[in-house]
Amino acid sequence: MTIVEFFLWSLLKVVVVTVVLLMAVAYTVLLERKLVGRIQNRWGPSRVGPFGLLQPLVDGLKNLLKEDVTPTGVYKPLYLLAPILSFACATISIAVVPFGEPNVGPKGLPLFQISNVNIGLLVILGITSIGVYGIALSGWSSNSKYSLLGSLRASAQLISYELALGLSLVGVVILDHSFNLREIVEQQATKGILTWNIFGGFQFVAFFIYLMAAYAETNRAPFDLPECESELTGGYHTEYSAMKFAMFFMAEYANMITVGCVATLMFLGGWTSPFGDFIPPPENIVAHAVFPILWFALKVFCFLFLYVWVRGTLPRFRYDQLMNFGWRYLMPLAILNIVATSLWQAYHPVS
Amino acid sequence: MYLTLFIVFAGLCLAGAVNLLLQRHPINSALSLIVVMTSLAVLYLLLGAEFLAAAQVIVYAGAIMVLFTFVVMLLNAGREERTLGSRAAKAVGFPAVVVMLALIATVIVKATGLHAATLSDGITSTVDLSRVLFRELLLPFEVTSVLVLVAILGAVALARSTEGERTGGK
Repeated sequence: MTIVEFFLWSLLKVVVVTVVLLMAVAYTVLLERKLVGRIQNRWGPSRVGPFGLLQPLVDGLKNLLKEDVTPTGVYKPLYLLAPILSFACATISIAVVPFGEPNVGPKGLPLFQISNVNIGLLVILGITSIGVYGIALSGWSSNSKYSLLGSLRASAQLISYELALGLSLVGVVILDHSFNLREIVEQQATKGILTWNIFGGFQFVAFFIYLMAAYAETNRAPFDLPECESELTGGYHTEYSAMKFAMFFMAEYANMITVGCVATLMFLGGWTSPFGDFIPPPENIVAHAVFPILWFALKVFCFLFLYVWVRGTLPRFRYDQLMNFGWRYLMPLAILNIVATSLWQAYHPVS
Repeated sequence: MYLTLFIVFAGLCLAGAVNLLLQRHPINSALSLIVVMTSLAVLYLLLGAEFLAAAQVIVYAGAIMVLFTFVVMLLNAGREERTLGSRAAKAVGFPAVVVMLALIATVIVKATGLHAATLSDGITSTVDLSRVLFRELLLPFEVTSVLVLVAILGAVALARSTEGERTGGK
């Protein structure tokens, strides 16, 4: 494979993955509106297209055509940088996510992963930690008290829960001896659902810590204090309008999808089927390539469904409860999980 | 390829460092520092130290600098005032810079057998790194953790004493 071929294939992969991700973001918004509608005993969007399926396109068009207001008194360079940073960080991390069978592709180049990095997990965590700046800077540069309060809350919350999030993943890394997302998935593949890290590796405590920390990381209900409408009107993006607001909005949903991908890879066996070796893999090359992607998409979809379900069900935490919960319950629990996993690994070496 | 990347990111690193000094607003300086740290992470990556690069981004650029910007935002620090600088700093500073540069230049000229920079003994993977950290360097590692603990306790003590005064006053 020459460098030009490599470049062209990579470009193709980037374009396709980005388009798919953006479509997924748009339809996650629709999924949320429909589901929350059903939970609250109403229809949700139902007018545009069959079952309201074209609603995301119309929403996108509306955001493009709206007047773009820049309030006076904002610090312009950072005011403009913040949404770009948020959106970029939310979309970049998909680059290391493997979402299909690794051995499929032209001339040994994996088709279903943009780049196979041997520290994939750390790359995702690093990019997430840079994403905090988008929120912090947007609140500060807007020169508005609601924005500032929202972004202060958000930064404090993200720093606190990032710790629990990172620590909850350490158990899986100890079990699988790798930071490479592909290797982590392959370790879980053999017996299907029984060897997924959530069951086979006894990491369900880690999974629930991850779940809660992830909800807080993406500023979602019940931890959506940075943008809680009743107190802060809109939080850090109060002063943003039109496409700039849409970028924050899309960043939030892209983050949800990334978090869902990471949960799928780390705990739910990634692209492998829940039946493992009990059902032999399909002989057909097309089925061999397509089924793993379907399993992956299904798992991420279930995760997103859970997200919306939780949002429609649980009331919002109070701020001191949020901090107490993060520092005094989640973090010690995550550390205990690491200790327990290490002891298990030390006295029952599996491999 | 590697050389191009090195030049680009080393340039970015230096530009960020200079910008850090020239900017008047503290938040711009903090952001320049983030640029410096992230480009350093890329330089580590070019040396083949992936774990170190990721740690640099997560710990320095992601956690410590967030706290910096957090504090700048909380204090709502305004623009710095620019002074003309003290006479002593000018009298001592410029010769000191010249001496430093001369020193570095002589070392570079005199030194023979300079090779491309690699990390010592090729310790780059997480496994090697943790083996060194938890076996050969166990004592310094533990002592450092005690040092950090002492610092945390000190911070807690400082924060508590003011609170005690406040509640005592009531």
